[in-house]
Amino acid sequence: MQVPAHVEYEKASSVAHALSLLARYGPEARILAGGHSLIPMMKLRIAQPETLIDINGLSELCYIGLTDGELRIGTLTRHAQLLDSAAAGEHFPILHDAEKVIADPVVRNWGTVGGSLCQADPSEDLSAAFAALKAQMVICGADGSRTVSAREFHTGPFETLVAAGEMLTEIRIPVRRGGGSAYAKVGRRVGDWPIGAAGAAIWLDGDVVADAGIGLTAVGARQFAAPEAEEFLRGAPATEESFARAGEIAAEHCRPVSDQRGPADYKRHLASELTARALRGAFRRARGG
Amino acid sequence: MQITISVNGSAYTGEVEPRLLLIHFLRDQLGLTGSHWGCDTSNCGACVVWLDETPVKSCTVLTAMADGRRVLTVEGMERDGRLDPVQEGFARCHGLQCGFCTPGMMLTARWLLDHNPDPSPEEIREALSGQVCRCTGYENIVRSVRWAAQQRGGDGHGGHRLAPGGAQ
Repeated sequence: MQVPAHVEYEKASSVAHALSLLARYGPEARILAGGHSLIPMMKLRIAQPETLIDINGLSELCYIGLTDGELRIGTLTRHAQLLDSAAAGEHFPILHDAEKVIADPVVRNWGTVGGSLCQADPSEDLSAAFAALKAQMVICGADGSRTVSAREFHTGPFETLVAAGEMLTEIRIPVRRGGGSAYAKVGRRVGDWPIGAAGAAIWLDGDVVADAGIGLTAVGARQFAAPEAEEFLRGAPATEESFARAGEIAAEHCRPVSDQRGPADYKRHLASELTARALRGAFRRARGG
Repeated sequence: MQITISVNGSAYTGEVEPRLLLIHFLRDQLGLTGSHWGCDTSNCGACVVWLDETPVKSCTVLTAMADGRRVLTVEGMERDGRLDPVQEGFARCHGLQCGFCTPGMMLTARWLLDHNPDPSPEEIREALSGQVCRCTGYENIVRSVRWAAQQRGGDGHGGHRLAPGGAQ
């Protein structure tokens, strides 16, 4: 039987209230959103917060919409809501690709976008998708908010820039013309964490790649990104050869480890192959196909 | 901590430890043992209940998180002594053998039909993909849900989603 250890519990009524509760209870307090990462960790005693600050009542953090040329996603948005969002699907189909393969429909009903990001599991899917999209993260604290790039957000496995007394409140993705995006994942079975996965965003200028973003997860990519492959693609012809080579470059810079999901060399192969597939899919969508 | 939860339309008020999982509250404190406690890791789906409008895995939800909300369990599916069409479908189409997964399967199937009254077998399998059955091979479960879909458009007894749910 798995049950969490004793814990105090507070229900936040607003972001300001949540921040004041965080300040009152100190660094051993944790924000509780959907709890689908945190509660399993608490059951295993890997996480043992002294106080949970439940933000599930904060409808102010539950939205997806276009504002000032950006798609803005509140962090309490459930995975199912992101998957249902027409705006997200229209501008960033990578998010729908990824959400379709995150856990299962029932888990997606309650697990949240912000919770997944703040859990910062090195195999998490959305971290790679947002890295590919070069998203921005808004972190709120007692002294106001700050915006950091998705690529700075993760400081290591299960660690982020969100400091004690702060919480992640919004993800922002700039909408740019001529873009397409896609996500490709290989797992052991439906609903599982990836053995490896890659996300790609591509912006075209005629037949040339004007800019590209590549996100990788579960394969030991630093900050879930592949900047060397992106650099190679910038200005390169948008061809199958370029995408295949970008995949090879991305794989060369990964540091996958062998574990129960697969050996390191297989994961490196996946990094290459899935990067190329995601780029191909992103290119097709950028072309309107 | 003090909580008030509407379960199957009846309000329950009481003291719980914040760490108490919803599945244990339902089974041990309310005696609603229709929700099953399976893998404990949010994989198997035997513990699925509705929290407000959606099915969730109650082994991964604290009772405290359900405070002020509505819970629907398998015990609340029948209305006025009549089975929900999903329940009837499982009975008619032999959608269960040991029955351990059945309550969770039926609750997710009800939710699916509320959103998609005429789902294809593939859509049914996708909706139930977070729930494990070790007996049937799923074929009869899919048939059961299809049978329910064919009854009056699969709309159950007017839709649980709109049920006011007790004294909240």
